[in-house]
Amino acid sequence: MSGSFYFPIVGHHDNPGFEIEFLPAEKVESKHDHHHFNQSIAHAALGLVDANRWLCNNMHLKTVDKFNEWFVSVLATADHVKFITLHDVRQDHGIKNLFSDVYELYIKLAMNLFYKPYSPIGSSTFDIKVQFLGKKHLLS
Amino acid sequence: MNLQASWLLRDSQPMWEKDMMAIKPWWVVKGQDKKARNYRRWKIPPYLPNNRDLFVLTYGALVAQLCKDYEKDEDVNNYLDKMGYGIGIRLVEDFLARSCVKKCHSYSEIADLIAQVAFKMYLGITPSVTRNESSRNEFSLILDKNPLVEFVEELPAGRSSLCYCNLLCGVIRGALEMIHLTADVTFLQDRLKGDKVTEIGITFLKKLEEKKCRRKK
Repeated sequence: MSGSFYFPIVGHHDNPGFEIEFLPAEKVESKHDHHHFNQSIAHAALGLVDANRWLCNNMHLKTVDKFNEWFVSVLATADHVKFITLHDVRQDHGIKNLFSDVYELYIKLAMNLFYKPYSPIGSSTFDIKVQFLGKKHLLS
Repeated sequence: MNLQASWLLRDSQPMWEKDMMAIKPWWVVKGQDKKARNYRRWKIPPYLPNNRDLFVLTYGALVAQLCKDYEKDEDVNNYLDKMGYGIGIRLVEDFLARSCVKKCHSYSEIADLIAQVAFKMYLGITPSVTRNESSRNEFSLILDKNPLVEFVEELPAGRSSLCYCNLLCGVIRGALEMIHLTADVTFLQDRLKGDKVTEIGITFLKKLEEKKCRRKK
């Protein structure tokens, strides 16, 4: 059973850079009213992320927080860019793969000198690629 | 014969034979010298360092800074062209010294030289040359891989007519001018703007002056 996933990327100053939702086919009649709820859960988890990052050697912090039925998994990079996934189904392997692939994409984007660091990511190619990766790793 | 076996053989040879082997006939020596000379001449060392990310990022930083300084795309393009011109008039000396190419007798030879030798030497790529059927003076270089745009996927918003690699056009124009050929070099197609390939068009404007050999009587 595949769950629904909310995937924001939060920048250095806790500013949102990118967000995307991966919902399985049944739940596509969307959860507009839950969208801000997801945002507030992710925001609340940021404090725990900062506390946990010093305890862990590598960047992937696995599951940092739990709220009702939502788990929060985080990849926190060295320059404080956080890739967060809110998921209601435990899917560590898929999320880890998604994080590493999106991190690679993010690095390529960061090397583009027209991209202002930590600014919102408006590139449509990035959006399409993340959607594809999400479908590949999470919803398969 | 492996190294060990050759050393064994050396020990079993009489002393005078070994001395004779050290002395080589003059035609062999001259040939070896010539080979070494040719090798030194034609060996084109890779100019681009193994890690060329720094070079690509520097170029990107340059273009990004120009975009901040100038609002209009035409101004940025012109400035890149001028900078390329300054590079080209100096680079042609280095190119001619390191490549030791023969004299060219036609525009198509020059275009081939730019594509196969110059681009290979400085950027590590070999664009293909096509010639415009209607005119003898127009050529285009088609680059399927451009190392300068490695990290740039698309042009930033509001900069749709920016020629990101316009520096290259200036370099070619400056280099040609130093050898007394005026040419108009522009980007005809650009992958960053949505075209399939990147195409640089070279239009030679003045006729090649033929050198008249005058024999002293």
